Amino acid sequence: MLPPAPAPDAATTTSGFLLVLSIVVPIAGVLLAFVLGGRYVRLVAHTIIPFGVAIAGAILLALPQNEGPLVYLLGGWPPPLGVALRADGPSAVMLATTAIVICAVAIYAAADFSVPAAETRAPFAFWILLLAVWGALNTIFLGGDLFTLYVALELLTFAAVPMVSLDGRAETLRSALRYLLFALLGSVFYLVGTALLYGLHGTLDIVLLSRRVGAEPAALVAAALMTTGLLAKSALFPLHLWLPPAHAGAPAAASAILSGLVVKGSFFIVVRLWFNVLPGLPGFAATQLLGALGAAAIVVGSMVALRQERLKLLIAYSTLAQIGYLFLMFPLAYDASGRLASGDALAGGLLQAVSHATAKAAMFMAVGSIYAMLGHDRITGLGGVARASPLNVLAFALGGIALMGVPLSGAYLAKDLLLRSANENGQWWWEIVLQAGGMFTAAYVVLVLAHALAASDKPIALAGPTSRIRDAAPLVLSLCSLLLGLVPLGLYLPIPSDMTSSLFGPGILSKLLLPVLGGVVIAILLSPWPHPLASSTSGKAIMTGATRVRRGSLALGYLVERTDEALSQWPAASMCLLLLALLLGALMCVAT
Amino acid sequence: MSIATIFEIVLAAVVLGLGIWTIVVRETYSATVGFVAYGLLVALIWVRLDAIDVALTEAAIGGGLGGVLLLGAAAQLRDSEPAVTDAAGNAVRVCAAILSALTAATLAGAVLVLPDPAPTLAPAAVSNAWATSLANPVTNVLMAFRAMDTMLEKVVLLLAIIGVWSLAPDSAWGGHPGPRHQADPHGVLVFLARLLPPIGIVVGIYVLWTGANHPGGAFQGGAILAAMWLLAIMAGLADTPPVSSRRLRLILVAGPGLFLVVGIAGLLFGSAFLSYPPAQAKPLILAIEVAMILTIAATLGLLLAGAPERRTGQ
Repeated sequence: MLPPAPAPDAATTTSGFLLVLSIVVPIAGVLLAFVLGGRYVRLVAHTIIPFGVAIAGAILLALPQNEGPLVYLLGGWPPPLGVALRADGPSAVMLATTAIVICAVAIYAAADFSVPAAETRAPFAFWILLLAVWGALNTIFLGGDLFTLYVALELLTFAAVPMVSLDGRAETLRSALRYLLFALLGSVFYLVGTALLYGLHGTLDIVLLSRRVGAEPAALVAAALMTTGLLAKSALFPLHLWLPPAHAGAPAAASAILSGLVVKGSFFIVVRLWFNVLPGLPGFAATQLLGALGAAAIVVGSMVALRQERLKLLIAYSTLAQIGYLFLMFPLAYDASGRLASGDALAGGLLQAVSHATAKAAMFMAVGSIYAMLGHDRITGLGGVARASPLNVLAFALGGIALMGVPLSGAYLAKDLLLRSANENGQWWWEIVLQAGGMFTAAYVVLVLAHALAASDKPIALAGPTSRIRDAAPLVLSLCSLLLGLVPLGLYLPIPSDMTSSLFGPGILSKLLLPVLGGVVIAILLSPWPHPLASSTSGKAIMTGATRVRRGSLALGYLVERTDEALSQWPAASMCLLLLALLLGALMCVAT
Repeated sequence: MSIATIFEIVLAAVVLGLGIWTIVVRETYSATVGFVAYGLLVALIWVRLDAIDVALTEAAIGGGLGGVLLLGAAAQLRDSEPAVTDAAGNAVRVCAAILSALTAATLAGAVLVLPDPAPTLAPAAVSNAWATSLANPVTNVLMAFRAMDTMLEKVVLLLAIIGVWSLAPDSAWGGHPGPRHQADPHGVLVFLARLLPPIGIVVGIYVLWTGANHPGGAFQGGAILAAMWLLAIMAGLADTPPVSSRRLRLILVAGPGLFLVVGIAGLLFGSAFLSYPPAQAKPLILAIEVAMILTIAATLGLLLAGAPERRTGQ
């Protein structure tokens, strides 16, 4: 976080130039690839990526050596007139995560978007957009000025939207248009809020604003507008109408980027806004509202995910639920002092973002390979796929297990941190949501694995060849997520030192089994699809006992699905957007 | 009450009326016409507020090129329009109207309670003009104090082009954007397309040049050049270049590219990324602006032309 050091803007720090490079290198790649075109597009991307990874690594190494954040004053102009780039712990962690995910996706996509001698449309666009997403995200993580963050958001939106419709089908064009319109609506909200803040305080620099902002009515309106705009871009329930079709329709590599990284960009700006710019402003009620939306996202996203027939849609809906999980950090960070504290909850939320970025990207890539191999992604038709493509099923399983929050994984550490702050702040109701979140995640992982591991009576017709390197990329990413708990993140995030030791403490087995067992029960109750095991005799015996309960929960699931459909209509979603902005503003107003 | 005040009241009333008309009217084409007029009048408001730079941009984009784009889209949508009207019921309309009115009222309230005089960086921008020896503070903000934002915005424009191009059918990739226009060689369009561009090009370059010390700059000048280019294209006097053209691509990255090169030179040899040595600041900024006007003109023109749809010779 940005500590209130005496004069953090005074000067560029020694390794500050790294911050410039981490933005400029991908952008230079975009320009170069665009001019060279043809065969060189992928080559440029693959040349730029190692440099980008090295720069992220260098920032990761340089930050702990420096007291306070790394700073670079662009053009040598100090804020408020100029713009500063700043890297604190959270920025460094997000930079590194982005570099790793981009790298893995680039390896995975090398075959899908190969470049023939004559230039073709999809590879040309994909590789340039990949670099553009990277540059945009790095600007978001480093930008120290709210307007620079707006420009970065625009960059991110315009890089992400064309990725949705790379395959050129009419259906994906419609999803891309939906995404574009809703994202631009979000941009307008953010920009209006920024203008109000400038009119109020004459600066948009994050550090300067954090010292000047008070509970003026205009500042509350600005905060409500900016937050709502960012929520629309992050697809927090009920502003999610664009996400499932866009993420499920895009090519696998693009889905991995969109689901793993792009939604984290706007999420990160919400974190900046609430924790750095105006930690004292939101108050109890507004943070509870964000948490409640998160909880609703977990329930609706998961229940609808379990009812999907297609695997990619299931994962897209699970992203919806996971985004909800990220927003639980806001109520939990609100402590007795009446401010959002940069403590356990912040660390937990960001850790969850990192785990989700790596695991979900891995899962989308693994499913993409399975889709390419089978020629379809119907969940009931997955039988025997574990034998035909063990590495991909393994990558999917490990990613899912990591997200459930089993010990050693980043999600486990995140959940522990969030549970701890729930306990400290006496907000026990979030503990239930946190546990339920883990169980729901387990439910859809178990559901998919149950189908994928089932034996198939007929041999699988393979639609396409596989390659080892391509299969390795999602596997490595999901391992990253699974072993994240072992990384010394305490250097960058406010994680108490006794946390990592609890990884090996007693009671680990129950922490492992609880979500899995809960998940199995939920999967049986809520998934409408028949499973081969259910038709065996023992399966039938269990099912008859639970029939009535299952029928009830299936009806409930149907109801939730209908609600989700109603909320995914344009009039409903746009009205939710306005309503949410008004509600947030009113709650903040009441709190002050 | 002075004449200026009466003029302002009338202007505000007309702008509000046009805004409501644009929302209420059913036909997309009429709404678009309303919106274009709205954009031009908003530009007048900016003039009254002494923000000439903003006014020029608003007129060029909100009223001019944006208008052309919207009118083109409305013309294409005309056939499919009956299918999409009346999708929402009355209850939905009333709810939406109430929510929008509440939001607008809140916003208006927030703007009214802003401190007056507003805290501003304008004096700081003026007093630091020595660093570039340009007298237009807006140009100084765009090219020096917040140069990073300007450079990244140009990359956004490039991404918009890639987004539009990516809508092309695979078979047409590398071809010319938009249809090949034909016009009566003795008609008024061709006459205007021969008459106006020489004047427009001079005006566009003048707007760029004067931007150093007076309102104007690369964006406004680029919009004028783009309009002239489009006029020639629509009259069939010129064709859009194929998207595979190396020269076209160089022009499209010239602005951000030169900006980046100058920035990196500042990082390596000067005091900071995107800093200019005071002695060479003016020529450097002018060079970047010249590259940018070309990039902006080409980008805006191609955004309007659309996705590639035909190979050379078709």
